[in-house]
Amino acid sequence: MNLLRVTSPHASGLKKVSGVMRDVLIATVPGILVMTWFFGPGTLINLILGGCVALAVEYGVVALRGRDPRVAIADLSVLVTATLLCIALPPYAPWWLIVIGVLTAVLLGKQVFGGLGYNPFNPAMVGYVVLLISFPVQMSSWALPRDLGAVPGITEALQRVFSPGSIDAMTGATPLDLLRQNTGLLFDDLMTTRPELSGWAGVGWFEVNLAFLAGGLWLLYRRVFTWHAPVAMLATLAFCALAGFDGGSSQSGGSALFHLFSGASMFAAFFIITDPVSSAVSNRGRLIFGALIGLLIYLIRTLGNYPDAVAFAVLILNFCAPFIDHYTQPRVYGTGKPTS
Amino acid sequence: MRVIHDIHGGIHPPERKTLSQPGKLITLGLPPKLVLPLRQHLGAPATPIVAVGDTVLGGQLLAEANGAVSVPVHAPTSGTVRAIEPRPIAHASGLEDICIELETDGLDQWVALTGTPQWQECEPATLAERVRDAGIAGMGGAGFPTAVKLAPGPQRPIELLLINGTECEPYITADDTLMQCFADELIEGISILAHILGAAEIVIGIEDNKPEAIARVSAAVSNARASIEVASFPTKYPSGGEKQVIEILTGKQVPSGGIPADIGIVCLNPGTAVAVREAIVEGKPLTHRIVTVTGEALSQPCNTLACLGTPIGYLLQAAGWTSEARQRVIHGGPMMGFAVSNLAAPVTKITNCLLAPTEAELPMPNEPQPCIRCGHCAEACPASLLPQQLYWYARAKDQEQLAEHRLFDCIECGACAYVCPSQIPLVQYYRAAKGQIRDSEQERARSDNSRARFEAREKRVAEEAAAREEKRAARKAAAQQQADSEGVDPVQAAIARAKAKKAQQDSPQ
Repeated sequence: MNLLRVTSPHASGLKKVSGVMRDVLIATVPGILVMTWFFGPGTLINLILGGCVALAVEYGVVALRGRDPRVAIADLSVLVTATLLCIALPPYAPWWLIVIGVLTAVLLGKQVFGGLGYNPFNPAMVGYVVLLISFPVQMSSWALPRDLGAVPGITEALQRVFSPGSIDAMTGATPLDLLRQNTGLLFDDLMTTRPELSGWAGVGWFEVNLAFLAGGLWLLYRRVFTWHAPVAMLATLAFCALAGFDGGSSQSGGSALFHLFSGASMFAAFFIITDPVSSAVSNRGRLIFGALIGLLIYLIRTLGNYPDAVAFAVLILNFCAPFIDHYTQPRVYGTGKPTS
Repeated sequence: MRVIHDIHGGIHPPERKTLSQPGKLITLGLPPKLVLPLRQHLGAPATPIVAVGDTVLGGQLLAEANGAVSVPVHAPTSGTVRAIEPRPIAHASGLEDICIELETDGLDQWVALTGTPQWQECEPATLAERVRDAGIAGMGGAGFPTAVKLAPGPQRPIELLLINGTECEPYITADDTLMQCFADELIEGISILAHILGAAEIVIGIEDNKPEAIARVSAAVSNARASIEVASFPTKYPSGGEKQVIEILTGKQVPSGGIPADIGIVCLNPGTAVAVREAIVEGKPLTHRIVTVTGEALSQPCNTLACLGTPIGYLLQAAGWTSEARQRVIHGGPMMGFAVSNLAAPVTKITNCLLAPTEAELPMPNEPQPCIRCGHCAEACPASLLPQQLYWYARAKDQEQLAEHRLFDCIECGACAYVCPSQIPLVQYYRAAKGQIRDSEQERARSDNSRARFEAREKRVAEEAAAREEKRAARKAAAQQQADSEGVDPVQAAIARAKAKKAQQDSPQ
């Protein structure tokens, strides 16, 4: 009789790539819901439009490359890329901004390097940075949160996305923008003067960050990634904020709480820098990787020209990942620990 | 109480050990023919000393050890030698090897055995020699000749004898059964081994998923009033790897590229200890072993005391095998075992388990997907390697980086491939890369050798030419000297001679 000849191990665990990706998608849900509550249906429109474009592009490109596109679609990785990018894009951004961003992320960020697993940079951040540099105006007009302006209904939302300019929309600066533009007010005064800044980290933003933190903790519980990079990033960010707070002068960089719970901090810590493909590989390497991202985020937020620093920080550290890997190899069994 | 150390990584695959009813030992009968490979151990194959047609008795020597790292082969029962020729063996390569085929006569007549119950009075070296003569090789799976381990040399004093009853592979219960059924024999065997090694400290390590074995062995230890410690530790794969169990029980690590004796430890399998007792106390060579025959394709999974040389197919049929269309038969466990390609291949000294799973039980791996560097493999690796990096470098055939990332410290336990969400056959990549590196090292050794020989030849040729030149110069100098002393120019003389000769030829007779 014919026996099958396969190599060991003959048993395998239950975790699959598609399962990992599905977990990441599920973990974004609380954050998306809170964003929708505070900023209206804009993020949902981003996600639906971006998701469809991403699936179509991935299918087409993988087919052009002569691979089975159904396999590439089934691993759900392109949906993760699109989801992460579309969460980061401003709600009610014009449709072409979404399309360009997704095309850039999937094509330049991922497929030109050979698809899943081969991209040196985080694809979503590649898309984001290209948009931020090319279309700064559209990228920096963020919708006002629920308590400060009327949240648009679905019809108005669609009008703003697909026929930009046809109606006047209320947009405003994000809390991080306000902090960066602040020249004269003490931090505490700034926080009380501007209605956008009520609460600890700005209206809506605190809750959004809390929701992404919850999703991230669930992913940790599911063991999708290890704690090293997120904890290192958040700890470094908090440490820098504490060091730079100087009691809250007008020149201060903002409180630690503000930095941890404003902007994309939690989203970055648990959804962006944990992208395994483009990060450092060892746990020690991930500590360094996360810590340097935290440092860069703080520096760019306080000293740089762009209010949101995550994308630049992540891309710069993606560059450094192989270098970090080289210097953070774990000590292998039997190579060094004194044995007697 | 011993401090139990944790090892890096490890996994918890489903154990499936109750399937084969550990602790119950049965026999599945004597097959009509036994096929005994001359190499059932690591090292040089044994040399046959019987001829086709010879009738032999059980326990009779069939093939003798060939060199230091080799062990002999004995007849497991009485019968007639029918062939000495290449036969399929249980090996990952699927290749054939020289075997002795023995037709059994069913009488099971044995040679007279002379044991040494008073082994305490014997020299360790004598006992070690008997262990070798009894054909004992490590029964945990690697098959390293035990006598070699028992002679670590004066520069490596042994402090600790560690009996590895971990048996961390899923499904396998051969050692569990042995420890339950032969606990007293095990303790005596361990005492003999400690006597040979001069080890002061003795520990038996057993994973905590074998409470019956722990109880039986502990009882046997107190019955014998032996100073042996029974240590149990949490179940985790691959705690039973030699390097891993040493770290768990001592906190020490075997140096990379070294052996346990380098840190004063000898690690042996309980089956080996029982075989040593039989060899010393009863004078009986190693001819049988306990084999776990298991898997859901069998109606009666069990542990059986099988003759070495029993065809794998015979044991599976006897355990009620219903084969599937896409059937795998695994020699060893599901993590490190290899797929058998021929059911005629025999049970050998290293066959601890035969596994015939259904396809639902151990599904075939899917097409591998790209590595997403999730790092689960690095978390699972008991050697603290970075399997994902090794995978990239193995694909790139980057031997420098593979060495840098310490490929050869990989024990091929398969934990990385088990957890890989992309289902990449990582271990296979590492095996292939190791093979390529060994090949290129051999290639390098060959070319170094050729270069050395070429350079030696060049040198010799040059020396010969120099010697010739020297002789010529000496002759020339001598001629010159002669010319100077006799006043004759040798060149002119030669021309004159040639002219004279020509004139002589030209002149008519």
